[in-house]
Amino acid sequence: MLRLLWLVPAIPLVSALALAVLRLSQKAVAWLGTCSIAASSLISLLVSISFVNAPPVSGAYTQVLWRWFDVNGLRPEIALYLDPLSLIMMVVVAFVSFLIHLYSTEFMSGDDGFGRFFAYMNLFVGCMLTLILADNLLLLYLGWEGVGLCSYLLIGFWYRDPANGRAGRKAFIVTRAGDTAMVIGLFLLFHELGTLNIQDLMHRAALQWSIGSTGALAAAFLLLGGAVGKSAQLPLQTWLPDAMAGPTPVSALIHAATMVTAGVYLIARMHVIYSLAPQAQFAVAVIGAATLLMAGFSALTQHDLKRVLAYSTISQIGYMFLALGVGAWPAAIFHFMTHAFFKALLFLGAGIVIESLDGEHDIFRMGGLRKELPVAFWTFLIAGCSLAGLPLITAGAFSKDWIIWGAYSAANGSAGLWVVALGGVFLTALYTFRMIFLVFFGQKKSQVTRMPGPAMVVPCIILAFLSIAGGYVKTLFSNYLGTVLHWDSTVTHGVSFGENTSEAITSLVFLLGASLAYMLFLRRRQWAASMVSRPMGNLLHRFWLSDWGMDWLYDRIFVRPVVWMARIGKGDLVDVFYAGIGRLNEIAWRGMSRTQSGKLRWYAAAIAAGAIVLIGVVIFS
Amino acid sequence: MILGWLLAILIAGGIVAWPLARLHPLLSRSIALLAVTLDLVLVLYLAARDFGDGNTGTGWHQELDWNWIPQFGIHFHFGLDGLSLLLVLLTLFLAVVAVVVSWDDITTAVGFYHFNLLLIVAGILGVLLSLDLFLFYFSWELMLVPMYFLISIWGRERRVYAAIKFFLFTQLSGLLMLIALLALYFAHYRSTGIYTFEYQDLLGTQLSPQAAMWIMLGFLAAFAVKLPIFPFHTWLPDACSEASAATNLILASLMAVSAAYAMIRFLLPLFPDAVHTISPIMIVLAVIGILYSAILAFSQTNLMRLIAYASIGHLGFVMLGIFAGNALALRGAVMTIIAHAISIGALFLVAGSIEKRVHSREIESIGGLWDTVPRLSGVALVFALAALGLPGLGDFIGEFLILIGTYQAHIAVAAVAACGVLAATFYALRFVQCAFQGPNHHSWQLPDLAPREALILGVLMVVLLWLGLYPQPVFETLGQAANHAPALWR
Repeated sequence: MLRLLWLVPAIPLVSALALAVLRLSQKAVAWLGTCSIAASSLISLLVSISFVNAPPVSGAYTQVLWRWFDVNGLRPEIALYLDPLSLIMMVVVAFVSFLIHLYSTEFMSGDDGFGRFFAYMNLFVGCMLTLILADNLLLLYLGWEGVGLCSYLLIGFWYRDPANGRAGRKAFIVTRAGDTAMVIGLFLLFHELGTLNIQDLMHRAALQWSIGSTGALAAAFLLLGGAVGKSAQLPLQTWLPDAMAGPTPVSALIHAATMVTAGVYLIARMHVIYSLAPQAQFAVAVIGAATLLMAGFSALTQHDLKRVLAYSTISQIGYMFLALGVGAWPAAIFHFMTHAFFKALLFLGAGIVIESLDGEHDIFRMGGLRKELPVAFWTFLIAGCSLAGLPLITAGAFSKDWIIWGAYSAANGSAGLWVVALGGVFLTALYTFRMIFLVFFGQKKSQVTRMPGPAMVVPCIILAFLSIAGGYVKTLFSNYLGTVLHWDSTVTHGVSFGENTSEAITSLVFLLGASLAYMLFLRRRQWAASMVSRPMGNLLHRFWLSDWGMDWLYDRIFVRPVVWMARIGKGDLVDVFYAGIGRLNEIAWRGMSRTQSGKLRWYAAAIAAGAIVLIGVVIFS
Repeated sequence: MILGWLLAILIAGGIVAWPLARLHPLLSRSIALLAVTLDLVLVLYLAARDFGDGNTGTGWHQELDWNWIPQFGIHFHFGLDGLSLLLVLLTLFLAVVAVVVSWDDITTAVGFYHFNLLLIVAGILGVLLSLDLFLFYFSWELMLVPMYFLISIWGRERRVYAAIKFFLFTQLSGLLMLIALLALYFAHYRSTGIYTFEYQDLLGTQLSPQAAMWIMLGFLAAFAVKLPIFPFHTWLPDACSEASAATNLILASLMAVSAAYAMIRFLLPLFPDAVHTISPIMIVLAVIGILYSAILAFSQTNLMRLIAYASIGHLGFVMLGIFAGNALALRGAVMTIIAHAISIGALFLVAGSIEKRVHSREIESIGGLWDTVPRLSGVALVFALAALGLPGLGDFIGEFLILIGTYQAHIAVAAVAACGVLAATFYALRFVQCAFQGPNHHSWQLPDLAPREALILGVLMVVLLWLGLYPQPVFETLGQAANHAPALWR
């Protein structure tokens, strides 16, 4: 069964090619595009079952497809590597992708780019699975750039509006800036350790590098550059809110559930390097903590439903980074999984809401949709509770509690990080229920014009189920992943209270946030309005709304200088030199041709003058 | 013997094709197509016969050595090894493409056009095969005049300016090479008492470091201008913005192939020490060129100029690979030469296809093409992605090897050059955005890819994908380069 592994990424890639080349009817496109992902996730499930039932002796399964190239010691292969970490990622990605494809068949129906959409989406899934299953960093990089490309293509999917194209380019360029750091990290790893195979790298790094050595530090920081770009963490998070220009299923799949967590996966995959570079690992934790707070504040102020969710995604990935940074590796992957379920669901729900209101994005113009869209409401509510961390029931609470506990008790944890993580819980509860109250409660402001059909509703219900049930597999994660990621749940570092206390406090903070949201956005709307109308409140509101002014800053220090250079350099300054030589020749030619005047006495005078000069030279020298 | 036939077929084909156009243009085109296809088949036959069994030969796989002017030690000496085989294949493949593309596009002076085209291809083949430096110089100059005609007769408005600029740049630099070549010739005579232009003999010529440096610079001048590298590149955008798409394919892709080959085949082995001395300067120029051209490509409004600057950027990578002094980087340079020729060549063809439909090369006056020609747009997207170094396509393999090789010796240079890959994203995406996306302002209703266009571009796409996913055959063939290749092969 394991030998079918190659089909998991291959089927979506082949069907993407078929969708791009063939001219099919919309129905055929929907079938081909969705069935390919269904087949892929089915095979991934079969492979996983056989992997879990009869694990290979080494604990991992490698499938070499072919040797990519072999040049002077650089010998990457096109090879897949399956271990518990990549297995969990693969199954979650394949399955969530299938649900979102199913949803898209209805959501996108009637769009004149239907075939193009499914071709891009299938290509994305193929690239994402390649990224996850890659056994060496070069193949991982191929998948990494491939998903970045699909993200660009799908953000700008509705290409007639130049704003969408701009958002797509911004996403591609910002993430590629991170990728440039990452690719330099690849050069460094190959230079220092002589291979790009991930397992060999881990092995050799542990042997060759001591803890805190320069090589490990540089490699860890460079890879981190790629990770923060792809996962929209500080300081490269600015592209994700704009990426919401893409169709909503794209936001759900790429910009919430799968691609943006690639950075988390990369760091978990390379965790040995980070263990050898404590400063870099601490930086991961700090970036995560700072991002989760900043994005939480920004999410509070957004008017656009999808932008709220985008900032929420940034913030939740901040939690994952925090978990990685403190060394609670399995907690990060666990939160990736629960987040994939509930955040995908939130976007799908948002898609239904926006669609039913004829493309209205502003949450202040929604309201009272609870009765009109019951399925959307209940599933959205479940997902929202999971996101905010409603204790004891929802999956999100389990994974977030674990991270918060890890922020305190894990190897690099500290009380400070724990407090920041708790602050994040408060913000999350606040903005989540703000969103829910504004959209589904209160007065009706817009007319519902379109009801979702079964292809849109069924995925939501399944994901709602998973947003709850996904939490009960925590032990599986801590035991199963612990072996790969060298993590032991029983070890804690310098704690003065237990895990249950931390969870109780977290629950309390959640309640606090939720009830504040209830007061501000349901009972006493005027309170929120009056806070914003004060000068200080207004300033903060604008500051958070504009993502802490970072877009403004980047525009001035990066975008404008490049555009300015391009504008003044357009005519190629180097050519001025050559044109000057040309001019000089022309002037000389004019001067010389002046002497060809045809007047005999001038010629005679010139000859005489020349003769005198020559004679003078001869005599006096 | 076959090597001689390769050239003879091209030249004879050119001479026959010229007058036949008077009877019917189709005859002329068919003869040209026949000639290049026949050559391609011959070389494929050679490749299958001599290179298929994976033997790592040491000598030349094919050799042809006739006395030409014995008094001066001039031979008609051709040789083929892994490196030249790859590039000969590439040249003939793109020559076939050029002839097919010209089928509709060229309607005036059809016979003379094909005569020039075949002569240029013959010149490039001569450069790639010569083992006698006089023959090499002869072939090098053989390309010049026909190319001048291609630009100045079948070009756009400012074609005469562009053609003269091209001619002056290449002719002057070619003269410097001639002087250097003669200096080498006489230096060799002085130390051994033998007049010879033989590559093999000149390899071991005893030269003082100063003399070696000056002679090397003479050769380098010709190669650097023709490649072209920063700051000798300004003729290329001017020429490309005026010439037809097929001419640009040859001008930017194939001439660069011959110049890069000449650096690897002649410059590195003949003057290893001088090259080593000057390599820091060349590396810096290469990196400047990469970034400079990316910014300029980003600012261009003429499609052909944009692609020309993109080409210069990629050739900056080739320079970097050649002068990095590292085996990985050098192999990456060869890979980039091949991938660049295909991807940039294809972009020129795409731009030609656009021009044929909307009668403009100005990027601002195009826009919104995806609505009406989705296939052409999709194909263009793929080649733009190749240009920005997307993994899975050929350009990535070359650039990655160049950078990873450069990193071994010059970490900072590799880091800055890696930013050049990022900068390539700017112009590639701008190209896609401006030409294909956005609203269809002009309400274009245009025919999508014709079967011939689809065939050509499809084949080029498949080749790029193949180079990106399974480039090993290229590196294996390269591994069979003869002993006389630079020491870095081994």
